[in-house]
Amino acid sequence: MNRILVIAEQLAGKLNVSTAKCVSCASTIPDAEIDVAVLAANAAEAPAQAAALAPVKRVLVVERAENGEALAALLAPQIAALARNGYTHVLGPSTTFGKDLMPRVAALLDVGQVSDLMAVESAHRFRRPVYASNAVVTVEAPADRIVVATVRTASFQPAAGGGAAAIERARLDVPLPGYTRFVGREGGNADRPDLQTAPRVVSGGRALGSADNFQLIHRLAAALGAAVGASRAAVDAGYAPNDLQVGQTGKIIAPELYIALGISGAIQHLTGIKDARTIVAINKDGEAPIFEIADIGLVGDLFQIVPELERLIRAPA
Amino acid sequence: MTTILVGIKRVIDYSVRVRVKPDGSGVVTDGVKMSINPFDEIALEEALRIKERNLASEIIAVSIGPADAQQQLRTALAMGADRAVLVQADGAVPPLSAAKAFLKLVQRHQPLLVILGKQAIDDDNCQTGQMLAALWDRPQATFASKIELEGARARVTREVDAGLETIDMDLPGVITTDLRLNEPRYVKLPDIMKAKKKPLDVVTLAELGVEVPAHGLRTLRFEAPAARSRGVMVHDAAELVAALKQRGVL
Ligand SMILES: Cc1cc2nc3c(=O)[nH]c(=O)nc-3n(C[C@H](O)[C@H](O)[C@H](O)COP(=O)(O)OP(=O)(O)OC[C@H]3O[C@@H](n4cnc5c(N)ncnc54)[C@H](O)[C@@H]3O)c2cc1C
Repeated sequence: MNRILVIAEQLAGKLNVSTAKCVSCASTIPDAEIDVAVLAANAAEAPAQAAALAPVKRVLVVERAENGEALAALLAPQIAALARNGYTHVLGPSTTFGKDLMPRVAALLDVGQVSDLMAVESAHRFRRPVYASNAVVTVEAPADRIVVATVRTASFQPAAGGGAAAIERARLDVPLPGYTRFVGREGGNADRPDLQTAPRVVSGGRALGSADNFQLIHRLAAALGAAVGASRAAVDAGYAPNDLQVGQTGKIIAPELYIALGISGAIQHLTGIKDARTIVAINKDGEAPIFEIADIGLVGDLFQIVPELERLIRAPA
Repeated sequence: MTTILVGIKRVIDYSVRVRVKPDGSGVVTDGVKMSINPFDEIALEEALRIKERNLASEIIAVSIGPADAQQQLRTALAMGADRAVLVQADGAVPPLSAAKAFLKLVQRHQPLLVILGKQAIDDDNCQTGQMLAALWDRPQATFASKIELEGARARVTREVDAGLETIDMDLPGVITTDLRLNEPRYVKLPDIMKAKKKPLDVVTLAELGVEVPAHGLRTLRFEAPAARSRGVMVHDAAELVAALKQRGVL
């Protein structure tokens, strides 16, 4: 049997959907028994939400005042201690939370990490993208060691609900370092759909030219009920905040519909949208590389086309 | 002496369209432009700015990789690093082994800070900094977009999925860079000449006492990713809406 420990990611006491995707990934490992670890100061709804995921066997809750904010230096020793209780695999999401945390866990366990796991071939054989998804490698982890991996969330659907796993409290006597302190967090906008899970995303690039003009993207997104994304150039120029960057070094997303406006289609951007079901590109340059992967392309000036598009979408059918 | 260690990885340049070799043994590197990993350039730039504010006195650029990585270290010296160390290794060095090599250099040089890129754009692993921090038992601040040093502490703003997060860490520690931390300077010709005289030491991974485990993670094969094909072109907004409806996405 393979005993899998999934590390829950939480946002304001609730389970982030990335956790349900990790559980879904874990359930593709043969003969898996899946536990979820929730580390929190006061675990609110997250344990019950994790227990409701159908493939989950047990939820381990580790409550400790120091776990109020997800600081890798404090969480990692606790997770390493949990992992040593006979687990064969420890999985976390390939979000900034998991990317920060899991390598620290792997090093404490003295094993390598499989990053951005996109498919499971066997309990120790996995596929993952490299070179901005220009290549996919098959890697094999040693069978006699614990496997630590981050899961590429865009490759998995969330696990189904309807489960009723046991919730247990775990007590860990692990000394924690005091050398890192949380100061604050800003940004994020609870009003708009979340870029990583939204079924529709509208993104703007350098072509928008200013933060004011970028409102065009927000208006079209609102008409579609879509989340807003941006290219690196748009973020660097200050038209959009950093958490909207899509791509190799931003967010990797897999919406039903992705609309790229005034984005050239650099490989680093395309990496982030390859799994979208339908890609639409509007660009005034017919030679722009974005058209090589777009399902629907439109050559033209976005400042003319987008208001018209918004009007047509808002118009009653 | 207040030292900053900076990681400089030799990678295929970000503008190259990387192709998989037909036999699946790797990617094509013959005749391909090699550069410093862009995040490492940002790391070095940040170290230079810290030194320019007199908060550090020495910057050591470290590369772990093939003999050819001396080229990237020479560029780092031309940018302004004081000296360079090549930890020579033939064949791939996994992040855990790289972290162990950095730890040896940390023990030798006792730096205030180790600044690394958040990921290398070849393996896209995003691991080495965090692993080093764990082995060293020191704080980490990944994905940094702003660093303020204050005595033996650093206040670091991090780019996270939910926006920006600020943490306060005791030094020494490890920081990994994100894109918006700074814009690296260009190298000037006279600096390239001067860089030739700066010290560049070579040690092997084995001499440092680090080994790449024979039974660690193994890469079995490389494949080209599933390709997306070119779709249809439409001519105006109305046609676009019709095409979206036809695909059932609107
Ligand atoms: C290490 C590294 C990591 C990176 N990571 C990322 C990443 O995660 N995400 C990312 O996006 N990029 C990333 N990049 C940057 C990437 O290489 C490109 O520079 C960037 O994606 C370009 O953004 P853009 O398409 O908005 O701008 P540009 O390439 O400048 O394209 C603008 C496009 O707008 C079109 N246009 C101009 N005016 C109009 C108009 N009126 N109407 C219609 N179209 C118009 C132009 O024809 C052009 O195609 C990274 C780069 C590096 C080196």
